Amino acid sequence: MALSQDEVLAGLAELVNEETGIDTESVKLDKSFSNDLDIDSISMMTIVVNAEEKFGVKIPDDEVKNLLTVGDAVNYITSAQG
Amino acid sequence: MSQAKLNQFDPVQYSRIYAIGAARGNLVVSNDDVAGPIDSSDEWIRQRTGIISRRRADKDQSLMDMAVSASNDAIAKAGIKANEIGAVIFSTISHPYQTPSAATQLTELIGASPAPAFDISAACAGYCYGIAQADALVRSGVAKYVLVVGAEKLSDFIDPTDRSISFLLGDGAGAAIVGPATEPGISKTVWGSDGSHWASVSMTNSLLELRDGVASWPTLRQDGQTVFRWAVWEMAKVAQQALDAAGVKAEELNALVTHQANMRIIDEMVKQLKLPDSVAVARDIIHTGNTSAASIPLAMDQLLADGAVKSGGLALQIGFGAGLAFAAQVVVLP
Repeated sequence: MALSQDEVLAGLAELVNEETGIDTESVKLDKSFSNDLDIDSISMMTIVVNAEEKFGVKIPDDEVKNLLTVGDAVNYITSAQG
Repeated sequence: MSQAKLNQFDPVQYSRIYAIGAARGNLVVSNDDVAGPIDSSDEWIRQRTGIISRRRADKDQSLMDMAVSASNDAIAKAGIKANEIGAVIFSTISHPYQTPSAATQLTELIGASPAPAFDISAACAGYCYGIAQADALVRSGVAKYVLVVGAEKLSDFIDPTDRSISFLLGDGAGAAIVGPATEPGISKTVWGSDGSHWASVSMTNSLLELRDGVASWPTLRQDGQTVFRWAVWEMAKVAQQALDAAGVKAEELNALVTHQANMRIIDEMVKQLKLPDSVAVARDIIHTGNTSAASIPLAMDQLLADGAVKSGGLALQIGFGAGLAFAAQVVVLP
């Protein structure tokens, strides 16, 4: 069953918190993963793989470089759900 | 027409690693030494890779020097004579000649001629590929003792301004003597390749482009994120397959010796395999760097030298890298 944008954001925030310790409150749609949240490309990939499992979607390596902000990731995951 | 009589070798039931030898590059290169050209810092490199320093060979220490040193070390520890070696396998990506092989020269230099000798090009899986081959040669009776060398002078193929891989890389050589055993010492190898990711770890250009003047000296580079994902999640599956093929549970291991690509990969793989704290994890990358085909034997040598593991214990070794290529086996520690 497809999740809403808010549910995806909440789920993604949990994954970011698990990987980096960053407060879930800081994970807002307009935040850039690298510039604002200081998440490096290796942590980003861990979050991506965990998101694939959590949300039941595929996020190919080519797409990961396009996910610059939290909003980009939420939009991608929301659309990728069936 | 009757079947011709074709004599076969007498097989041997098991093989084991008799000894490991090691040689590292003579220079200790700190993060500060490499950070400038990549516009980075000691702190960034440590946090991102776990490396504090890496070993590099200076211009007077060649790939062959390190390989000879590691080989003689292994031969002495194994308690055999060089002329008893029945085959020499040299895994490397940094031998700077198309031909002759590094293996034939090494064989001559250590006094093992006229043993058959050949190179393997399987990058960071090269040593485990070599062990798989040596195991098969020994158990099929083709050779009694096999010398497997993983040796690299990667610094010959580095662009210091490359941010994708250059600062990780180091120089060194590890060697193993594989021979017959009365009990299993090397498990079934789980190995393979994924050529669909041929470009994920590669050279900037070919020698032909250098010849034609359209590119300069080829150097190493990688797609770090693609390699990280493959190395952690796909290779954790291979590691588990190797344990299953061997009939060994993770908690029965004494050591995990992965290719020393990046500490973040090692840490994630430990998590994926759910290794208990009782299993020693090789982290030689901290002061050696990523030495491709040399990294596993060097890391195993370090664990043994530090007393973190004992001879006779069980280790899962897994190599993975450019190709992409991978190989894993469970071995009894020499």
